[in-house]
Amino acid sequence: MAQIRKGGKKEVPGVNTSSLPDIVFMLLFFFMATTTMKEVSFKVDVKVPEATELQKLEKKSLVRYIYVGTPMKEYQKMYGKESRVQLDDAFAEVDEIEMFIENERNAMKESDQGLLTVSIKADKDTKMGIITDIKQALRRAQALKINYAATKRMSY
Amino acid sequence: MANKRKLPEINASQMADISFLLLIFWLCSTTMSTDQGLSRRLPPPLPPNMEKPDVEVNERNIFIVLINSQNQLLVQGELMDVRQLREEAKTFILNAENDIHMPELFEVTADVLDKNGNVERALKTVTTKNHVISLQNDRGTTYEKYIEVQNELVAAYSEVRDAYSRREFGGLSFNELTPEQQEAVQTLFPQKISEAEPKNYGGKK
Repeated sequence: MAQIRKGGKKEVPGVNTSSLPDIVFMLLFFFMATTTMKEVSFKVDVKVPEATELQKLEKKSLVRYIYVGTPMKEYQKMYGKESRVQLDDAFAEVDEIEMFIENERNAMKESDQGLLTVSIKADKDTKMGIITDIKQALRRAQALKINYAATKRMSY
Repeated sequence: MANKRKLPEINASQMADISFLLLIFWLCSTTMSTDQGLSRRLPPPLPPNMEKPDVEVNERNIFIVLINSQNQLLVQGELMDVRQLREEAKTFILNAENDIHMPELFEVTADVLDKNGNVERALKTVTTKNHVISLQNDRGTTYEKYIEVQNELVAAYSEVRDAYSRREFGGLSFNELTPEQQEAVQTLFPQKISEAEPKNYGGKK
């Protein structure tokens, strides 16, 4: 016969949550490992254009970036509103690109030197004049593999 | 001792809160690395003190795209919207009707190699192998327009390759092919986008 227990308050047992931190930590480590922090602090305003035929940049260590755009508000007093080039963390002139590529290439492993890719992150309102100058500089520096950074276009 | 004393447990319930907080911070502050763009190859520099080589290209083989400083497109001498460019470039590359104003057709072959370097399959097709798409822009053209045009031209090529691979490889798109097959299709339809040496056509910088 079933027994009906009477008397004596019965407490609902608490759910054991001791493994919750483990799960969350695992998620946390996953995100920490897969994400990359921003490479540089932007001094120029860059909104890359949109395109559909995109290719991913595979090896980060083989890619160097050239940023082109109008200087951010706080730098406009010093540098004006004309489009400018940023290499690493500083403003640069187009003539300095050759030197920059040369230095970067020498800093790389010898076997990787031929695989150097230059990604041009330019603002979409930049005039082609400066881009053409950059391209000519890259040609002189023998950095022929380039990539025009763009984002995926969702619709026309 | 008479009664067993219980060891007090450490209260770990705050741990979850802390790790959630960290997790959410990382989720918000990071962006998945999505570095992508249009890959292109620049022509090697001209040796100094050398005249530009005059490459003889038959007039019917050149597809001229000009972009002026007002971002207008002149394709083969006609004003055109950028949205029509892809179709126009495709008809030029394929020249399916063997038009005499479009590049001449040649039979080309490419071999699909297997892992040991043996020929697995020989591909053969008729294409316009001598065509060149010549792209010229002004210094005043905006970068956005330039990328849009480049994108359309690359898209024209990838549609041509896609159509071919669907026909030859039983409905598989170009991206679904093996690297060896992709290479062979690329040899059949190479991208021939040439950018002229820059000129400044009047107007301000």
